[in-house]
Amino acid sequence: MATTQILIAGFGGQGVLFTGKCIAYKGLDEGKQLSWLPSYGPEMRGGTANCSVIISDTPVGSPIVSTPDVLTAMNLPSLDKYEDATVKGGKIFVDSTLIDRKVKRTDVDAYYIPATKLANDAGFPNLANMIMMGKMIKEAKMVSMDGMKEALSHVISAKRAEMLEINLKAIEIGYNYEG
Amino acid sequence: MAVVFQKPKSLTDAPLHYCPGCTHGIIHRLVAEAIDELQIEGKTIGVAPVGCAVMAYDYFACDMVEAAHGRAPAVATGLKRALPENIIFTYQGDGDLASIGMAETVHAATRNENITVIFVNNAIYGMTGGQMAPTSLPGQVTQTSPYGRDTATVGFPIRVSEMLATLDGPEFIQRVAVNNVKNVNAAKKAIKKAFQNQIEGKGFSLIEVVSSCPTNWGMTPKKALEWVEEKMIPYYPLGVYKDRSANKEEK
Amino acid sequence: MAEKVLMKGNEAIAEAAIRAGCMHYFGYPITPQTEIAAYMAKRMPKIGGVFLQAESEIAAINMVYGVAGTGLRVMTSSSSPGVSLKGEGISYLAGSDLPALIVNVQRGGPGLGGIQPSQSDYFQATRGGGHGDYHLIVMAPASVQEMADMTAKCFDLSDKYRVPAMILADGTLGQMMEPVVLPEPTDYKPNKPWAVTGTECKRKHNIINSLYLKPEQLEQTNFERYERYKAIEENEPLWEEFMMEDAEVCVAAFGIAARVSKNAIMAARAEGIKVGMIRPITLWPFPKKPFKAAADKCKAFISVELSMGQMIEDVQLATECKRPVTLCNRTGGMIPSPEEVLEAIKKAAGGNK
Repeated sequence: MATTQILIAGFGGQGVLFTGKCIAYKGLDEGKQLSWLPSYGPEMRGGTANCSVIISDTPVGSPIVSTPDVLTAMNLPSLDKYEDATVKGGKIFVDSTLIDRKVKRTDVDAYYIPATKLANDAGFPNLANMIMMGKMIKEAKMVSMDGMKEALSHVISAKRAEMLEINLKAIEIGYNYEG
Repeated sequence: MAVVFQKPKSLTDAPLHYCPGCTHGIIHRLVAEAIDELQIEGKTIGVAPVGCAVMAYDYFACDMVEAAHGRAPAVATGLKRALPENIIFTYQGDGDLASIGMAETVHAATRNENITVIFVNNAIYGMTGGQMAPTSLPGQVTQTSPYGRDTATVGFPIRVSEMLATLDGPEFIQRVAVNNVKNVNAAKKAIKKAFQNQIEGKGFSLIEVVSSCPTNWGMTPKKALEWVEEKMIPYYPLGVYKDRSANKEEK
Repeated sequence: MAEKVLMKGNEAIAEAAIRAGCMHYFGYPITPQTEIAAYMAKRMPKIGGVFLQAESEIAAINMVYGVAGTGLRVMTSSSSPGVSLKGEGISYLAGSDLPALIVNVQRGGPGLGGIQPSQSDYFQATRGGGHGDYHLIVMAPASVQEMADMTAKCFDLSDKYRVPAMILADGTLGQMMEPVVLPEPTDYKPNKPWAVTGTECKRKHNIINSLYLKPEQLEQTNFERYERYKAIEENEPLWEEFMMEDAEVCVAAFGIAARVSKNAIMAARAEGIKVGMIRPITLWPFPKKPFKAAADKCKAFISVELSMGQMIEDVQLATECKRPVTLCNRTGGMIPSPEEVLEAIKKAAGGNK
């Protein structure tokens, strides 16, 4: 019975909540138990935002992720804040374009993805979050890549179908990123 | 024997509790006559205030709702939104409408809520025994302004009709009085129009009725009516303050 | 089976209300429940319903009072400071025996407080909240699914007993998304002979009122209402028992606190501690029965709350103070961690040996 507790954190506007939503919908499609909990309030207008996602084979207890198995840090304050809370043996994903330090913990697996740079290079500068998501899925395996397009269709309206393809592409870039 | 005068159908047989010389009785009757003449008794729902007219729910024969102090326009909004085909009126005093319920009044007006508001202004809190109202005149002696309303410390009376008429929202605002036969007849006409407007879906209509309170003013009923003429009406001039449909027709 | 969708707790309440036949919503913006108003604003005009943003919480609850008087299903929602403002209108609803749904997605208090989740309106909700002798039916969901299910249930119970109902949630439950199976839409047709709908000149006028100037009459009215409260207390308490079969320590927690406590209980069980939980689902009527029974076999109780300790008093009353009841709490928008609850469980388990 696997449970993955995920914490995604960054600046407001980086798409932290959206990333969590995509993972949650993918979990829903796979018939998993799950919860998605955003931080809310004035901090959402440009301050730090974070989002707790739990994907599990058993009913979810507390939806609050205070000790993540998977931490994705999209900015330095987020890494500073949550690095120590990550469980032993957990995985920390770092957007290395925006965070110029390494993970200090030695008892976790650290992944460095220059997501913001990769997104800029690919011509969709707003989708660093989706690149991070691709890498998370690859390494943490809380959901699979199969059927990702359908999962995205829950969160991206049909009117913006072209966005769906671009988001999918961003996820794939992250998924295939080796570095 | 031919009946030459009778109680309107829209009033119940319950004896009114109002003080001798109080004009609430006249205003109740005018409202009931308007309802009778427009043949809307069966679909009218009235909202009673907190104040002297609190027992109005026993006097009007239509369905009635007793509102919390000042909230009648909000309650009426709920009723009208639930039952748009019914006719909804509120009957409120000056403390209820212009003090504690001012926000509800202004916002119902600005939404042009399709309701009829009967606003009885007697410049005093009657039910609680004669305290200063938002409409008490400068210098007026009341239980809570024993040395006369001092505008330097408690401010000035609010002219509700004038104020509401500045809003784009409301359909019809008129101030009337019931201190003499001529004015009573004019008041009747205004109240009927306020209901007619609602029937036609025109929107928020408020009739301010300048009224008297002999008991709390400490006057005989006759003296009180004279005071209405000499003091109240000069401060609260009678007339139509807003009639959007009429203005439209002129243009 | 109906489709599972992913929804925020606040949205689930709104959609479930519509499906329960609630076509009138009145509210005023306040964090963290604004999604309910936003959802209603979007949906109501499309289905011939009414969404109206009132000028204040006070106006909103009085608009609710107006619609409730006509017998139609109606609701408002707010968060703690806004619910205080609604207190007057809620008392009038209770005093006039009008069914309605009030949702409180709680935030920290007192005063303007904060915007993070809280359970510190427990007293306000379960003791009435406004003036006078009255109760509300109060339900405390602990998941998005329950947010939806209890919305429908609240409307039914409120109509059945002519008692206003409240959903007491918190910022976490309002904001979180979980899979939910929405209740089937009902074609609600009111059958309320007491309602004001116009007499059509065929019956004596109906009056919606809470004023009784004769004390004998008011007393009689309150007596009659308390007979209904008695029936509610007998028939309607709801609770969940979790791992209580062999429990020596009993956690009492509702809403989000119960979710956190479940984690702690699982962890404690892994360490061999016999602990379970009674989760009140109705806060009023409080489920006294299971607590009374548990008092005979558990040696200690822990009330886990997002407040300075409010439900703990009901736990003490229900257990007739036979066993110690300790408090494990955070307040002001903080949430106890599973570790903190586990600590309290260990203390309670070891303390009385």
